[in-house]
Amino acid sequence: MRLKISHRTEYSYDAPLQYALQRLRLVPRGGKTQTVHSWSLKVEGATEEARFVDHFENDTRLVSMADDSTRISIDAWGEVETFDTAGVFGEHRGFAPLWLFEHETDLTTPGEGIRELAHSVGQGSELDRLHQLMHIIGVRVAYTIGATHAGTTAEQALTQGSGVCQDHAHVFAAAARVLGFPARYVSGYLMLNDTVDQAASHAWAEAHVPGLGWVAFDPSNGISPDERYVRMAVGRDYRDAMPVSGIRLGWAEEQLAVAITVEQ
Amino acid sequence: MRLVAFDEMQPEKSGIRHSYSAYDRWWQQQDPARLSEKMRDAERVFRKTGITFAVYGEEEAAERLIPFDIVPRILSGAEWRRLTQGIEQRVQALNAFLDDIYHRQEILRAGRIPKRLIADNDAFLPEMIGVRPPAGVYTHIIGTDIVRTGENEFFVLEDNARTPSGVSYMLENRETMMQLFPELFQKIRVRPVENYPQLLRQSLAAVRPENLRGTPTIAVLTPGSYNSAYFEHAFLADQMGVELVEGHDLRVVDGHVAMRTTEGYKQIDVLYRRVDDSFLDPLTFRPDSALGVPGIMDVYRAGNITIANAPGTGIADDKAIYSYMPDIIEFYTGRKAILQNIQTFRCSEPDTLKYVQENLKDLVVKEVHGSGGYGMLVGPTATKKERETFSKKLAANPSNYIAQPTLSLSTCPIMTEAGLSPRHVDLRPFVLVSDKIQIVPGGLTRVALKEGSLVVNSSQGGGTKDTWVLDD
Repeated sequence: MRLKISHRTEYSYDAPLQYALQRLRLVPRGGKTQTVHSWSLKVEGATEEARFVDHFENDTRLVSMADDSTRISIDAWGEVETFDTAGVFGEHRGFAPLWLFEHETDLTTPGEGIRELAHSVGQGSELDRLHQLMHIIGVRVAYTIGATHAGTTAEQALTQGSGVCQDHAHVFAAAARVLGFPARYVSGYLMLNDTVDQAASHAWAEAHVPGLGWVAFDPSNGISPDERYVRMAVGRDYRDAMPVSGIRLGWAEEQLAVAITVEQ
Repeated sequence: MRLVAFDEMQPEKSGIRHSYSAYDRWWQQQDPARLSEKMRDAERVFRKTGITFAVYGEEEAAERLIPFDIVPRILSGAEWRRLTQGIEQRVQALNAFLDDIYHRQEILRAGRIPKRLIADNDAFLPEMIGVRPPAGVYTHIIGTDIVRTGENEFFVLEDNARTPSGVSYMLENRETMMQLFPELFQKIRVRPVENYPQLLRQSLAAVRPENLRGTPTIAVLTPGSYNSAYFEHAFLADQMGVELVEGHDLRVVDGHVAMRTTEGYKQIDVLYRRVDDSFLDPLTFRPDSALGVPGIMDVYRAGNITIANAPGTGIADDKAIYSYMPDIIEFYTGRKAILQNIQTFRCSEPDTLKYVQENLKDLVVKEVHGSGGYGMLVGPTATKKERETFSKKLAANPSNYIAQPTLSLSTCPIMTEAGLSPRHVDLRPFVLVSDKIQIVPGGLTRVALKEGSLVVNSSQGGGTKDTWVLDD
């Protein structure tokens, strides 16, 4: 499936900023599930300082905001050909060792809730158990916008029983690790069939299954990602794969506006 | 049982060793009153230079003078050559190990060291995965701690591969000795250490970013004047003729890390940083750090700055890794280690823990990540109660500790009211790694000033001596 994507992020401030940096993971890389035909990243109100491939092989850019600016807009757009691989991303690549994905992170530290969730998964093959886990999360954590924030942990989201895709992915990764699977967080896009405009970028999780490699699970939709999914970045949790993260000096109030379209 | 220590000047039941013979002849001719006066002169010199060391755990006197002894510690040229061969081999292995750990991890695949040693180690920095710095050098500045127990018995006690300090004392000690006893340096040919700052500068320049044209700009990054080693940071910057900077002087500008100057921002190509990994970049590591530079890791990964030592080098000088150094050296160099390790008991292994607990009175127990003599137990000098308390700490977190036999460290004489008297010493030579490995002939000799004491750390009442390598 050939998907056209556009992703605009705009920050505006009520007072000029002395200095700010934004780290962008907004460039997709090709692989078994997708081929990137064209991609552009344009930033206004800031200057590119560095581009590199990070430790999880994400294409990463650092931009700095010029003195006294009050607005930065980041436009990413392009065309990506996607393939339905039944969620299988395949063998682990790169120098990041697989064991790194067995480790908990601040956002995915398992508490009693996550452990109990992991142990509620019944018998079966590895794939069966991961599918079970995905479905239980869908039931236990209701998709609710605004109930959580970027710093909500997996344990918190599970305890309160609500969250968004980011929380679902964290709960999945945390519980899969308790079950002994290396697991990771994936950020990207999902084409919804009935609308072009998307409320937010999407996130899901992958578990490493012997013999298959990385297999993707989307607890928010109860399926393994197919050709409607575009991968952007991966990591141990949201913080590793954040599309935009930054640091700024000054006391200005920040306003964020995001507009995303995904269409065929 | 009394441990008989090897005295480097005059071993028991023998005469003055050859390396000390010229010095001994000179000493015999000196008037003791004049030497006592020289001792006081030395203290004045140090007070004037302001060389002090902050001691943790002492509320008064946040900074105090490290005592200096005027009797040099002397090594022959032959002893030094053997030491340097061993150190060079070790340093090569450390850099090869770091490159491997942040890439394919062949040593783990080969099962030569256990995976958990890396996987469960906070010093392993995922952000370094896939980074290969210029010339493949990760640890550029190393201080290898060496102890001696006999004529030909040298052991490596620690590999300080992250941010070794003390080189300023080596330089000040030599300068002071040359001021106090110029005639000695005419009589005895001692190899120079004074050019260390120039060598450091050249060494840092040689590992500049590969895409840089022209002369690199070097700077020293310090956490600031409250840091215990601030004196050394300022001293080295001054001696190299480069800027001493703090995090708030720096920011990312035009794709480089740059320092604020009166003429605007100036690009830095090589940063000798004395700020710990976790404080280096608030965008990447601890977000509350005000000591680092936001975005420096991005510039680093993009290849536009060299950070010395590289982030994540702590994985190589961890005390649990240390116990595997003989295997690590063999794995990467294909040869047996020239310099021996001290036998090390890993408390993480249940049988070993039991042995350590049962033999505490003969062992020295250290924290895996500890330094400076803090948090350790010296079994033979500890009370029964101290040993019992420590045994409980060990049981609670065994993998946090290693134990080593109490070594009978060699002694060198120091000057006391009653004349020369032997005290235990160790040695920290300083190693510079770029496209080549250089070791300045000498180093920092630390001496336990208390009679019989084996703890040489300056934070625990140790002093220092000038270290001579003879040009023979």
